Formats: sequence, structure tokens, C-alpha cells
Amino acid sequence: MTYSYYPGCTLKTKAKDLDRYGRLSAEALGVTLEEIENWQCCGAVYPQASDEIATKLSAIRALDAAKGKGQKLLTLCSACHHVIKRVNHDMQTDDNLRLKANNYLKLDEPYLGEAEVVHYLEMLRDEVGFDNIKKAVKNPLKGVKIAAYYGCLLLRPSGVMAFDNPECPTIIEDFIKAIGATPVIYSQRNECCGGYISLEDKPQAQKRVDAIVKSAMDAGAEMIITACPLCMYNLDANATEHRLPVKYFTELLYQALGIEEEKEGA
Amino acid sequence: MSNNITTEDILRISGVDTRKCMFCGKCSGTCPAFDEMEYHPHQFVYMVQWGMIDKLMESKSIYKCLTCFACLERCPRNVQPAKLIEAVRQAVIRQQGMNHMTENDIPGLLEDKLPQQAIVSAMRKYKK
Ligand code: SF4
Ligand code: SF4
Ligand code: SF4
Ligand code: SF4
Repeated sequence: MTYSYYPGCTLKTKAKDLDRYGRLSAEALGVTLEEIENWQCCGAVYPQASDEIATKLSAIRALDAAKGKGQKLLTLCSACHHVIKRVNHDMQTDDNLRLKANNYLKLDEPYLGEAEVVHYLEMLRDEVGFDNIKKAVKNPLKGVKIAAYYGCLLLRPSGVMAFDNPECPTIIEDFIKAIGATPVIYSQRNECCGGYISLEDKPQAQKRVDAIVKSAMDAGAEMIITACPLCMYNLDANATEHRLPVKYFTELLYQALGIEEEKEGA
Repeated sequence: MSNNITTEDILRISGVDTRKCMFCGKCSGTCPAFDEMEYHPHQFVYMVQWGMIDKLMESKSIYKCLTCFACLERCPRNVQPAKLIEAVRQAVIRQQGMNHMTENDIPGLLEDKLPQQAIVSAMRKYKK
């Protein structure tokens, strides 16, 4: 299966690992990711105001590029996923935005929300299947207790994101099991880390991070995994009382699939 | 001071119908920024409804909201208070000279590991 891939600006810079391990793992699992051409930053925050149009155009361009290739649009960064999925929903449902955005973009054919937006984790679950990942794993992470950190953007608003049960999600835990590790359930896994506020009010972000890390630690976690570069930075840089290693889920997938050794052995 | 922004303006920008609210307070109970906010999500709902827009526009609360959508997800009446907070913030920063943060503020805040996303999102949230 081939997907159009939208890496997002952070994955080209500070979050290169999220991207690199994601690409190599996809390849190993038989999934082809074709980066869309000339994509622009989606803006990182979904414009909630109903009269915003210009701020949604870069997402619409990416969606239209995937539509043009007849592919699903795959995202990896939680924030890109959130923005693009919600803008796509708006293009399916909001006549005013449809009209104005299409008038502005002057595409060969109007874009009306035809593309399907899929997060990398959804691709693993629905396309590859966690059972098949389990079979492909060469280095199971046996005994490692891992806390899945969902944060906000993948799950909410659930009516649009339709990612998983917003209060009791299982997708990342199922991923953790597939790579042979042990998931740890803790109450803060779908509460906000305050990443957006880290520039504006560091103490507020620190308070959120301490609450999350403590909750994960109390449940016995040895590590936290995330799909969001901002969560990753925030959970590490703004932890004051307790600290746990924070990793991208793609890095663990890459390790578990044993891609490294294969390359070295070859 | 009067900003000339009305209840109707905020309702239009946000697309929210404040009349659906039953004042159960669940939104504020679940808000992770509760301690930092002067006005809490359920207060935004009734203050917008009752025309107390200036107070909200002048409050730091609009910059303390984390945009985590917890209030929006967990409201039993689908009122979506987060959208009201965003609309009030937009009403402020869309005014001339009212950017809360600009590119000029960024160098002083940079850290080695800070992801682009933090900067891009701050610009989108605090600046027009
Ligand atoms: S969400 Fe983040 S990484 Fe994704 S494009 Fe936008 S800012 Fe860049
Ligand atoms: S970075 Fe933290 S604040 Fe932003 S979505 Fe991820 S969880 Fe919420
Ligand atoms: S907005 Fe929703 S959650 Fe908040 S008080 Fe009103 S009904 Fe309750
Ligand atoms: S979106 Fe803002 S107001 Fe709503 S729960 Fe999150 S921080 Fe609180």
C-alpha cells in the first residue's frame, strides 16, 4: 500500500528521529510513504474561529495533492494530524469555507474533502495490523514498562478525530504489546501536557508535566512514548520533580523490528 | 474601556450557542488550566451570553487556556467553551497593535531542543 506522506516542518528539523524511524519502519513493514511535493507547514494549531480561511489553505493544498494521486494522506506528528484531519472535516461540512477556499485556490477541480487522513498509528492498526507487527518483531522489548502518552490532539474532539475512544483509548497500548513490551495505564495519559503554553508560561507547563510524569511513574512506567514533538520536548524539558525517558513510538518500532542489525549485517 | 465587541460578534466568530449550557461546571472541573485562569470555561459561557465581553478581553485567562479540548470533549451539551475562549482571544489579537507575542519575542525564549511546533503554534495563537 502506498500513502501520500505529510511529514510536517518539525519532523524536518528538531524531530528528525520521529520521521526517520517512521519511514524505515514503514518500509520494513511493506508500506510505501511518498512525501507530497512542496507541502507547507500546516500552522500547528487548528484555527477554531469559524471565520478563519487563509490559515487553513496549506492543509487543503496537502489534502488536494493526496486526492490527486488517489492516495490516503498519512501523518505522523499529532499536531499536523489534528490540523489536517479537522480542516478536511471542515471541507466536507462547511459550505462557506468550501466556497471561499476553492475560489481562492483555483484548483483544476474543487476540493471537497475527498482525501482520507490517516495517522501512522492508525495505519499500523488498520492496514498492517498489530498481529502482523508482532510477527515481524525480531527484538521484542520484553519486560519494559511503557506509558503511552496520548495528550490531546490525537483524541479530541472525538467526533471529528475518530482516532480511538477519547477517554479510554487502547491503540498505543496495543502497539506497545505488539512490540513485546508491557503497557502501563495511568490517569493522565489523555490529559494535556501544556505544550502550547511552554513559551508563554513555563511554570504552568511544568506543573502539567510534573503531574503527568508522576502519574506514569506511580503506575510503574520506566518510559513514556509519544507521537508529538511538542509533547516530547515538553515532557522532557519541563519536568522538574520527576523524570522519565521520553521517546517517539517510531523509534521503539524501529528497534523492535531489528532494522538496524539487518542493515549492519548486510 | 470598551472594545465594541458584542455578544453577537463572539457567537458569530466561535459558532457557539451559549443557550445550550446548563451550568453544570463539568468543563471547568476538567480544565487543566483551572488554577491559572481568572475566568473559567463555564464563566466564559455565561459572561459571553450576558455581554461581559470587555472583562474577558482584558483577562489573562485567554492566554492561559491550553487549547486541549477537554472542556469541549466532556461537555454534556456540546457547548464547546474552548471555541468561545479562542473567539475572545481572536477578537483581541485581531485589533491593531494587540499581538500578544511576535517574532521579536522568540529569540529570548529559544532553547536548544525547542521544536518549531512550539514557535509556529505560539505565533498562530498570539499574533495576527
Ligand atoms: S504541526 Fe507541527 S510539525 Fe506539523 S507542520 Fe505544523 S508545525 Fe510543523
Ligand atoms: S503538546 Fe501537550 S499540549 Fe500539545 S497536544 Fe500534545 S498534549 Fe496537548
Ligand atoms: S459548557 Fe457544558 S460543561 Fe460547561 S457548564 Fe455548560 S453545559 Fe456544563
Ligand atoms: S481547552 Fe482551555 S479551557 Fe478548555 S479545558 Fe483545555 S485549557 Fe481548559
